[in-house]
Amino acid sequence: MATPVREVYQTHKPRAFEADRNPSNREVWWWFFMRLSGIVLFFLVLIHLYIMHLVDEGVERVNFAFVAERWDNVGWKTFDWLLLVLALLHGANGLRIIIDDYVQSPGKRAFLKGSLYTATTAGMIMGTAVIVTFDPRVGG
Amino acid sequence: MSVRIRILRFDPSQDERPWWGAYEADVEPTERVLDALHYVKWYRDSSLALRRSCAHGICGSDAMIINGVNLLACKVMIRDLEQPIVIEPIRGLPVIRDLVVDMEPFFAGYKEVKPWLIVDEDEKEPPRERIQSQEDRERYDDTTKCILCAACTTSCPIYWADGKYVGPAAIVNAHRFIFDSRDRGGRERLEILSGKGGAFKCRTAFNCTDACPRGIKVTLAIQEVKRAALYDSV
Repeated sequence: MATPVREVYQTHKPRAFEADRNPSNREVWWWFFMRLSGIVLFFLVLIHLYIMHLVDEGVERVNFAFVAERWDNVGWKTFDWLLLVLALLHGANGLRIIIDDYVQSPGKRAFLKGSLYTATTAGMIMGTAVIVTFDPRVGG
Repeated sequence: MSVRIRILRFDPSQDERPWWGAYEADVEPTERVLDALHYVKWYRDSSLALRRSCAHGICGSDAMIINGVNLLACKVMIRDLEQPIVIEPIRGLPVIRDLVVDMEPFFAGYKEVKPWLIVDEDEKEPPRERIQSQEDRERYDDTTKCILCAACTTSCPIYWADGKYVGPAAIVNAHRFIFDSRDRGGRERLEILSGKGGAFKCRTAFNCTDACPRGIKVTLAIQEVKRAALYDSV
C-alpha cells in the first residue's frame, strides 16, 4: 500500500510550459479576429433576428418568394454570406480553443478537431454555394 | 479563543487518497491563519507539512486555499474568517505532502519568459548606470510587486485544465520587463508569449486579479501583453 514518495513523484511528472521552438503569431491573429468578428457579428445577428423573426409575422412569412425578393439584391446576399462566414469561423475557433484547453489526449484531440474542421468547411462550402448559385427566377 | 480548523492532509508515501484532519487551535482573533497552523503543528500534530518563510507577506511561500479562496496564510486574520477554517493546498500543482505543492512547473514557466534584464551587446561595456525617467518607471510599476507566491496561477481555471499554459504569474513577470524602457528583450518575450501555451490562452476569467495578495491588476497586465504582441505583429 505504501509507495515511496520518490516513486510517486517519478510516475507523476508534472506538465509545464515550454517556449515554442518555432514561434508563430497565429494565435495573435486569431485573437484579434475573434474581437473584430465579435463586434461585427453583434450587429449582423441583431439585424438578422429583427428581419427574420420580429417584423410582420416573423419566420412564418419566410417562403421562397420572400427569399427570392431578398436575394435579388447583391447587398443582402453579401450580408448573409458575411454572417455565414463570420459566425462559422468565430464559432469554430471558439470550439477549437475549448478543445485545446480541456482535451489532453492526442487521439481525442485529433478526432474532435478533425470533425470540427470538416463540419466547418462543409458548412462554408454549402452555404456559399447556395448563396452564389441562387436563381430567383427558377420555376418562373 | 478556540478555533476549529479543517486541513486537507495527504502524504503520498502513506495515504491512498487525501483526507480531512480536524483540529482545534488556541489563538487570538487578531492572530493570523499561519499562527493557527503553527499551533496545530507545534501542539497537535507535528506531521503537518507546510511552507512558510518570512511570515509577513513578502516571501510568497504560504499561499494556500483558505475557505475556498487563494490567500497567503500570513496575511489573513482569524477574526475575518468563518469557522471552521477550511485549508487546502493550492490547485493545479502536484501535492508533495499536505499543504506543500511542487512549485517546479510554476517556476519552469517563469524561467521561459526570461525574467531578467536583456541589453544589446554594445550596451554591456563599460558598466554604467541605466537612467530611467519617473514616467518610464511608472509604466510597469504594478508588475514589479509580484512575489511569485503562485496564488494567481493556481487560481486560473485554464491553468488547472492545461498545465502547459504559462500562467498569469509568468506573464506578469514578462510584463515587468517588456514595458521597462531599459530592456531590449521585449520582442523576444512577446514571441514566446505569442506561441503555444502563451498569453493568448488567457480567457480573462479574472480569478488571478482576485487572488493576488499584492493587489496587482494581473488580467490588465496580461491584456497589455496581448496588445503589445498584436502591435508587434503588425
